[in-house]
Amino acid sequence: MTVIERPLVETVRRPLGGGRRLAMPQWIAAAPFFLYVGIFLLLPTAIVVSGAFIDSAGLSLANFATMNQRFVINAFLNSVLLSATSAIIGAVFGALLAYAVATGNPNGAFRRLVSSACGVLAQFGGVTLAFAFIATIGGAGFITLWLQQHGMNIYANGVWLYQLRGLVLVYIYFQIPLMVLVFLPALDGIRPQWREATESLGGGTWHYWRYVAGPLLAPAFLGGTLLLFANAFSAYATAAALVNQGSIIASLLIANTLTSEVGLANPGIASAFALVMVVIVAVVMVLYTLLQQRTARWLQ
Amino acid sequence: MTTAVAAAGVGTAARAGVEIRLENLRRRYGAVTALDGLTLTLAPGELVALLGPSGCGKTTALRLLAGLEEADGGRVVIGGHDVTGLPANKRDTGMVFQAYSLFPHMTAWENVAFGLQMRKIGAADRRRRAMETLELVGLGGFGNRYAHQMSGGQQQRVALARALAIRPKVLLLDEPLSALDAKVRARLRDEIRRVQLEVGITTLFVTHDQEEALAIADRVGVMQSGRLEQLGPPTTIYARPATPFVAEFVGLTNKLSGDVRGGAVEVRGTRIPLVQSDVPDGPAVALIRPEAVTLTSSAETSAGPLVGTVIATAFLGATSRVTVDLGDVTVLAQLATSEATSHPAGTRVQLALRADPVLIARETSGATPA
Repeated sequence: MTVIERPLVETVRRPLGGGRRLAMPQWIAAAPFFLYVGIFLLLPTAIVVSGAFIDSAGLSLANFATMNQRFVINAFLNSVLLSATSAIIGAVFGALLAYAVATGNPNGAFRRLVSSACGVLAQFGGVTLAFAFIATIGGAGFITLWLQQHGMNIYANGVWLYQLRGLVLVYIYFQIPLMVLVFLPALDGIRPQWREATESLGGGTWHYWRYVAGPLLAPAFLGGTLLLFANAFSAYATAAALVNQGSIIASLLIANTLTSEVGLANPGIASAFALVMVVIVAVVMVLYTLLQQRTARWLQ
Repeated sequence: MTTAVAAAGVGTAARAGVEIRLENLRRRYGAVTALDGLTLTLAPGELVALLGPSGCGKTTALRLLAGLEEADGGRVVIGGHDVTGLPANKRDTGMVFQAYSLFPHMTAWENVAFGLQMRKIGAADRRRRAMETLELVGLGGFGNRYAHQMSGGQQQRVALARALAIRPKVLLLDEPLSALDAKVRARLRDEIRRVQLEVGITTLFVTHDQEEALAIADRVGVMQSGRLEQLGPPTTIYARPATPFVAEFVGLTNKLSGDVRGGAVEVRGTRIPLVQSDVPDGPAVALIRPEAVTLTSSAETSAGPLVGTVIATAFLGATSRVTVDLGDVTVLAQLATSEATSHPAGTRVQLALRADPVLIARETSGATPA
């Protein structure tokens, strides 16, 4: 039995008539977001899907007939090549940068600097990014001119900046920061006890990466790479700002098919191309989600 | 179960523990001295618990023994071999961490078999030994579960099995129960002790929980500021603390002002012998265990240095802890619950201090229960 002269904490009475919380359905707060997604994602997707299967004669698969033409196949292959190359390069260098951050001081300036920079640069695309590259390493860019003054011509074999190779270089600029953002949480989830447990059980550094850290990080790395692929595959503005002519990738092909300056615009065919892009990105994102779920379970 | 384990070579018959010696170990982190010449010997098959507050150096000692950190000086000797210069993966130690140390992408048996894989033991043997070791820790049916499918207590059992499966020379337990709730902690503590005795492995157990240390260990080492204050059996540590720090850190202690004179201290009219022989005469603070305080109801005694009023009673099961207000100080007395119930709050009581030898704290002001 414990005797206390007066309670240390006195309970506060519920104010008369004023103690009930207003019951606001959760969906009210989410409604603006869902409305936004509905208007600018679901509705356009529905228009694309319906437009792809409708031509002047009604329901038809005719819009897909052009899919087997060489320039269309090339555009999609280029898109896949561009996305895969920039995703792999971005994933590798992004993972290395994320590892450097994760193994450094968690409260240090390096981590704060890289995290902040990646948050900004991952969204730094479009015309601004294209202009930055044109101004620096474009045909008349100041770095190009400076190098020429010192006897180096980076465009001796043609101006590659406005071709697929150039797009890869430019895309990497936002792919690496994006990889840092998506891969860093996984690296942070790796516990130091796992390395120490490996060592005390007789393993070395190779065993740790081969049997513990590698398998644990693989889903996050693959998932991040897929996200980068989807990011590059669906990008349009940067490529449009850099490439003035031709339809070297799928997103430019769709834009050109939709808004032909010589009267050959065909929204139905453009919708068919867009639907193929939607399907590819959807498949990639489903795989990404599955990998993320596995990562979350292991590295929570 | 035991038969299967013994057959696998995990049991006592297959292995006797080895002696572990930490000799004059020193470790500094910048300006902070984590270990200041620690010397400790563990007898073969013995379980020694290192106990102390945060930052006392107990975990550093364990990590130096494991090879997870390098000592600035001193030697680590396992089974007669100097392993000071060896990396962790060559020391043949098994370690159980605080928590979250299981590999989450492996099942329980794969975790347990991991160390065997590192030793290049064949797949069939690995699986058999892993399952047998899981049996040893009472998780025979949990081999195919992942960490996230098990409770915290089960995960720590798997971690124990993983550490034992490699048949290490020494078992290191780094606060393995600290993340568990009280009931699971007590059960797993007993389980660890049972397994340790069954396997007969020399074990170093690090904890900040005195109850845990006193309950599980053959000997307890109390550490402070990188040094071993006292090493001895749990009963000695509790009943005969060597220093005021040990007395105050292990168990509850009343700090009562007194006057040292002629090798004894006079506390409120009671003369009590001293543990220390070198205490100078003069004012002092005596450290008195609650068990050394008895009380009787004292309705007719209204005043006196050891007369006070019961202000609270904490029920602890078979015993109760009674808090008595003496006016200028409160004193704790630990009594059988049947006796404590006869002194409800508000009762005037007469205290008596048993004449067991007491320690004298260095400070001479303040007299409150520690």
